[in-house]
Amino acid sequence: MEFAELIKTPRVDGVVLHRPFMPTVEGTLCLTGHHLILSSRQDTTEELWLLHANIDSTEKRFVGSLGTIIVKCKDLRVIQLDIPGMEECLNIASSIEALSTLDSVSLMYPFFYRPLFEVIEDGWQSFVPEESFKDLESMTDEWRLSEVNKDFSLCPSYPSLLTVPKDIDDESLCKAASFRHGGRFPVLSYYHKKNAMVMMRAAQPLTGTNGRRCKEDEKLINATLCAGKRGYIIDTRTIAVAQQAKARGGGFEQEANYPQWRRIHKAIERSNVLQDSLIKLVEACNDQSHSMDRWLSKLEASNWQSNVKEILTTACLAAQCIDREGASVLVHGTEGTDSTLQVTSLAQIILDPACRTIRGFEALIEREWLQAGHPFQQRCAQSAYSNGKPRSEAPVFLLFLDCVWQILRQFPCSFQFNENLLIMLFEHAYASQFGTFLGNCVAERGKLQLSQKTVSLWSWVNRPQELERFLNPLYEPNNLVIWPSVAPQSLLLWEGVFLRWNRSTKCLDEAYQEMVHIIEYNKELQNKVNSLRRQLAQLETEDKMVADLK
Amino acid sequence: MEHIRMPKVENVRLVDRSSSRRIKVGTLYLTATHTIFVGKGSEDRCELWVLHSLVCNVVKHKASQSGYPLLIHCKNFQVMQFIISQESDCHNVYISLSRLSRPEKYEELYCFSFNPNVDKAEREHSWDFLDLKAEYSRMGLPNKLWHVTPINREYRVCDTYPADLFVPQSVTLPVIIGSSKFRSRGRFPTLSYYCKENHATICRSSQPLSGFSARCLEDEQMLQAIMKSNPGSRFMYVVDTRPKLNAMANRAAGKGYENEDNYCNIKFQFIGIENIHVMRNSQQKLIEVSALRSPSMGEFLMGLENSDWLRHIKSIMEAGIFISKAVAEEGVNVLVHCSDGWDRTAQVCSVASVLLDPYYRTLKGLMVLIEKDWVSFGHKFSHRCGHLDGEAKEVSPVIDQFLDCLWQLMEQFPCYFEYNEKFLINIHNHIYSCHYGNFICNSQKERKDLCIKEKTHSIWPHLWENKLDFMNPLFKPDQSQNQGLLRPRTAPYCFKYWRRLYNRFDRELHPRQSELDCLMTVKEETQQLEEDLALCEQVEHQIFNYHPHKSKQALWSLPLDTSLANTPQDYIGGFIGGAPNVFTLQQGERESAELCLFGDKPKSSDADNSDQESGVADFSSHSSGEESLPSEDSVKDPDSDETGPNRA
Repeated sequence: MEFAELIKTPRVDGVVLHRPFMPTVEGTLCLTGHHLILSSRQDTTEELWLLHANIDSTEKRFVGSLGTIIVKCKDLRVIQLDIPGMEECLNIASSIEALSTLDSVSLMYPFFYRPLFEVIEDGWQSFVPEESFKDLESMTDEWRLSEVNKDFSLCPSYPSLLTVPKDIDDESLCKAASFRHGGRFPVLSYYHKKNAMVMMRAAQPLTGTNGRRCKEDEKLINATLCAGKRGYIIDTRTIAVAQQAKARGGGFEQEANYPQWRRIHKAIERSNVLQDSLIKLVEACNDQSHSMDRWLSKLEASNWQSNVKEILTTACLAAQCIDREGASVLVHGTEGTDSTLQVTSLAQIILDPACRTIRGFEALIEREWLQAGHPFQQRCAQSAYSNGKPRSEAPVFLLFLDCVWQILRQFPCSFQFNENLLIMLFEHAYASQFGTFLGNCVAERGKLQLSQKTVSLWSWVNRPQELERFLNPLYEPNNLVIWPSVAPQSLLLWEGVFLRWNRSTKCLDEAYQEMVHIIEYNKELQNKVNSLRRQLAQLETEDKMVADLK
Repeated sequence: MEHIRMPKVENVRLVDRSSSRRIKVGTLYLTATHTIFVGKGSEDRCELWVLHSLVCNVVKHKASQSGYPLLIHCKNFQVMQFIISQESDCHNVYISLSRLSRPEKYEELYCFSFNPNVDKAEREHSWDFLDLKAEYSRMGLPNKLWHVTPINREYRVCDTYPADLFVPQSVTLPVIIGSSKFRSRGRFPTLSYYCKENHATICRSSQPLSGFSARCLEDEQMLQAIMKSNPGSRFMYVVDTRPKLNAMANRAAGKGYENEDNYCNIKFQFIGIENIHVMRNSQQKLIEVSALRSPSMGEFLMGLENSDWLRHIKSIMEAGIFISKAVAEEGVNVLVHCSDGWDRTAQVCSVASVLLDPYYRTLKGLMVLIEKDWVSFGHKFSHRCGHLDGEAKEVSPVIDQFLDCLWQLMEQFPCYFEYNEKFLINIHNHIYSCHYGNFICNSQKERKDLCIKEKTHSIWPHLWENKLDFMNPLFKPDQSQNQGLLRPRTAPYCFKYWRRLYNRFDRELHPRQSELDCLMTVKEETQQLEEDLALCEQVEHQIFNYHPHKSKQALWSLPLDTSLANTPQDYIGGFIGGAPNVFTLQQGERESAELCLFGDKPKSSDADNSDQESGVADFSSHSSGEESLPSEDSVKDPDSDETGPNRA
């Protein structure tokens, strides 16, 4: 067994665990293949179970023979372990290091995890494309489900089933695919029932420096326009970046070839810039010593809030084009797997009340992130404490969640779920016992046989016992389009993630509990009053009948 | 009235600051007390009433194509932009308003003409709503350690102090007089807060006139007596809230700070809170940042940082924490002073009191606290708020900072305050509005001389009547009571920008659904349900006499401003509120001809959607609480007074 080789010292006694805002715990440290466990062997103190996959980086220090390991986690928590004995400490540190950086996906915990609950609804089957296509069919017959990518050869990052305009045949799709980066030809992302406008997504067109064109691509996206109508292409890159892309074979839609479309360029940062932004932000949040001015400077310098603003603004723009301008929209950046998905998924939350329910939000993540081929495995390999050379890590999904949180803050009654769901998704995207976020695309997940070998996150979340934690007590379905404010004054730092481990939440938890109580008490009274009223009404009718009989 | 050069201007345009697109045409009236804008037309009828006393400054801008813009900045952070077509009209309005907003005599202030429908007895009664004597007795005073000295009954020892002052029993009149002569403006050490549980106190004074070497036996005896009034402690803190450098500079002017060697058993401590001038400049910068039109994230954050506002709030909070810990944890008396002892001293004494005593976290308690630490102890409201035309250098947002500190605390302790932020905002508004007499003048003596109680009304009963609007639904009185000392965190990220105050009138910046309003509605309905339930149960008992009663439909409705929820901002180029289909292109993109957007559809998006939200509707809801009830502070929230100026 490979793990045993990596674990030099499986057990150390007398280890002291320090966590912010919690009492220190002394106990026995155990290393297993997937967990770091610290137990005081007393019933009263909570044990620490930490997934190795959650460990972002470690540091070790020695004072005499007492070693200290600082463990920095992907969920941004920082803990300290004091380990007596230099050798033990070194052994533990190197084991953690090795176990938290396993290369092989199939050695990950989800492949070993056996749920302690009965899987009632298999999350792997909860959101299949056929089902969402049925919904679409009930609204319009302009679209069809194409199997052109059945074996993932046309576009390795797309799922096997794709929704495309009815009048475009598979042959045209193949040609369009060859004209788009990574084969990601334009496909349907969202259908706006209210005015039959659509949002599509793709990757950049491969125009190159000599202005290549592709009739099939043009025909494909024009097929989504009503007669005489025009559409918008939202390119998530600045015009300068898009121009530069030409030199590498990419580019953007030339006006002359797409006369029915108007292009708008936005400035969503590329993934390596976002990763840098996250690192700086977390550094600022963890810096305990700084003064007031350093804090705001550092927050500003991290650019995180600017990124949130830019992404949210672009999503609002897409939603505005669809809902207000009555125009169809095509969204793309470079690869179409990052900023594109941020924009299309946020726009749907703004436009579509269904996406603001728990089920609908899960479906959205499944559709617009997992099946749409956001490379979770690559993007979430490391988080804010990574000190190695960055590869393709980037907090693209975290930024999306942050934007959702911003909208949630501005419309606290319009979402069925609360902040906890968003934080939970952040955690599981980076380290999880479930297989949902493993792999980079549908094809990879198929090869890994995740649906057979691992449990889906949704199987767990959708259990009534778990769901309760994620419900927003203030929720009242709101069928309107919700337009958030993107002004800097309106956008807040997401403390629930970034300051989560640097604050005591006692007072905030208390406030949340009180809110739940107020609403539950109200509902309870309503029920009582209603049932009493019914009883009274019934008594009254009986009364009348008696009187009538007389 | 002689200052009104132009009582009425027609065809004035009111520009919504969030969107220059939204313009309202109407008539501008200048009355003795208000500027009133009445929108033309039946569907966009709107009224905007602004009290002259709330006007901070009036600025003429460069003429534009459409006319002569006049910008009015208010002390409650409202900004209005009018465009007047004739230059002479604009100038006349400008001159009139400049004068009207800077009254020279107290009698010109609105509170002297404000005359709601209450009789004399009721008005006098309104001034009895708060009773400081009762407050001291709530603290447990007088007792065998502390008593009221009659020495300042005629304001002869200190004309900026209240008539009734608590001093240690053991202190003799000559000691008080001697000490007062050794303190700036005669403000000798006197009690501000007494902690029943451990006899520890917060005392306040002004700086000693120590210069480089002067000392005063009586003053030393005074401090000794204060220290001894707390049987449990062997020393006391003397907290100078100024930066050390400022205090040292004062020595050259014959003032300064206590020399530890001269006083027995004192521990001297500097806490560097900046002076009123620094604070004024800081708030000025903050207001500029808050009023930026669609700033970038960087501009906003850097502006906020460069204003230093949050740093100052933090320093005041830390001073309050230091004092409250000394009292609650060490059981030690604290004497607090700054220079004159009416600005920083008032701030930190009251912040410490809020941390220490749950009573000050209730509606009534906060009123009492402001009345005690601020009004009675001679915070110079008239100077600091600029009620009268005068020295601009005297103006400073000292009390704004106190309210800001309270808001920061409410953010950290959402269940421990009986009031909500609307209460703070309302108080803020009325401190500046001169609508009521409470915050007029600079001292108790001045108010007495001016017969404020005979000629004006008190704000407190008015706020109390509207208390339902100011209640925090999450308040847990028992927990707050048993919590003991509040220990706020002071990491930099714990201090936040108070959007609800500084962007109070920029509705589009606030959450479109309010958790607070929602919970308040639910609570209100719960109360109704409780009554219904009691009724139902009663009826069930007497079923044969049953008559169906009319009861409210018990479904809490969504307190959602649907019109706002359904209105996008301009998400392009960041120009919020710009025409959504006239895309403002980034510089550089402008050159690229292929990027030109549709020119064939120049209609504004408001024209083709059915929103109630247009510039018009927006303004109308700004202008009056109820359709028929314009209020002086021109916003539809509980700030608006039922007693509107139309009855004045």
